[in-house]
Amino acid sequence: MTVTTTTDFLADVVEQRHDLTIRDLSRMCTADTEHIVALVEEGILHAKRGPLGEWHFSGDSLGRALLALRLQRDLEINLAGVALAVELLEECSQLRRALHRGAGR
Amino acid sequence: MEFKDYYEIMGVPRDATDAQIKQAYRKLARKFHPDVSREKDAEERFKELGEAYEVLRHPDKRAAYDTLGKGPPPGEQWRPPPNPDAGFEFGGAGAGGYSEFFDSLFGGSARPRGRPRGDAPGEDHHAKVVLDLDASLHGGTRSFTLRVPQVDDAGRVHLKERTLSVQIPKGILAGQHIRLAGQGSPSDSTDGSGKAGDLFIEVEFEPHAHYRVDGRDLYLTLPVAPWEAALGAQVETPTPTGRVDLKIPAGSHAGTKLRLKGRGIPAGTAGDLYVSLDIALPPVDDADDRAAYLAFAKALPFNPRAHLGV
Repeated sequence: MTVTTTTDFLADVVEQRHDLTIRDLSRMCTADTEHIVALVEEGILHAKRGPLGEWHFSGDSLGRALLALRLQRDLEINLAGVALAVELLEECSQLRRALHRGAGR
Repeated sequence: MEFKDYYEIMGVPRDATDAQIKQAYRKLARKFHPDVSREKDAEERFKELGEAYEVLRHPDKRAAYDTLGKGPPPGEQWRPPPNPDAGFEFGGAGAGGYSEFFDSLFGGSARPRGRPRGDAPGEDHHAKVVLDLDASLHGGTRSFTLRVPQVDDAGRVHLKERTLSVQIPKGILAGQHIRLAGQGSPSDSTDGSGKAGDLFIEVEFEPHAHYRVDGRDLYLTLPVAPWEAALGAQVETPTPTGRVDLKIPAGSHAGTKLRLKGRGIPAGTAGDLYVSLDIALPPVDDADDRAAYLAFAKALPFNPRAHLGV
């Protein structure tokens, strides 16, 4: 059964925002705020403090949080393992890109 | 309908213990998890693995599956047993995105608790799409077809397809997310007070004919003639915003990199275009071409292997 919606949606890009709250992230990731807090405490996400002490996240946090939650859920690893995995994946990605650039042809 | 041999998918014998099944899952999950895997078809295989594990890890589902035996003889189509719901009732969430085979056995059962993920009222949905690079370089409208698991009133899970037409923001980068407000789960109709969830689409680019993408930078391999590299030249190079005259410095060689600032992906801070030179040799099609090369060789005695001591 197919439903077609042909309205042209104007899309905004999450990564261009720098003011995501913990509630925003929690909803976007379908995770409890406690879970997001745990990701911050483990160093997987970085938060800045706003004028009232509340946390603000840059839009890049969405991708990182989703990745961490997927690894935790699908591979059944604890957060410390997830933190390491995310860092290593990032490093691998950088190395692969450098290799790819150097190859040139 | 295709019969799925879950034991084969997991690489375990039919009398495997729960511990063996769990161990097999862990090992294969690390191998095929899309975020981690370098295998092609990783996503497909990971889904298949998840389905197999969902059945074999639960004694009741495993028992139900075992009654089917090893599947049909080769050449014969497999048919689901009549009244697959009869006698089997499974609680808990799951399904949605499982194969037709799985649904024929387990998807038809009533679900007293739990729903497929992403179907609670007001929840955000996620999808991943592959775009052509031009959509980011110039902006533009693209259509996507997404498949959403939906639970009907009888508790059955169906995959509903919908097609959306989206204005792609110019300068979007791979891995970034487009937010379509209100396109996630509809709000709870019973109290009507909630907001509909949003739809987040993660963007990935398909390989481009000329450019390689690295973040907001683009890489292009540009062939030049030997004399253009050695003597320097003014050549035309393609860029996302049109052709540009590029100065090839004298004494360039294969691999020389030239940077065109701001000519990469037009993100907030535009990326750069890195042009990497490749020396292209004129073809030898006839005797005149051959003579030209021989004259060239004679005029410029040159040993490119001198540094190897040969």
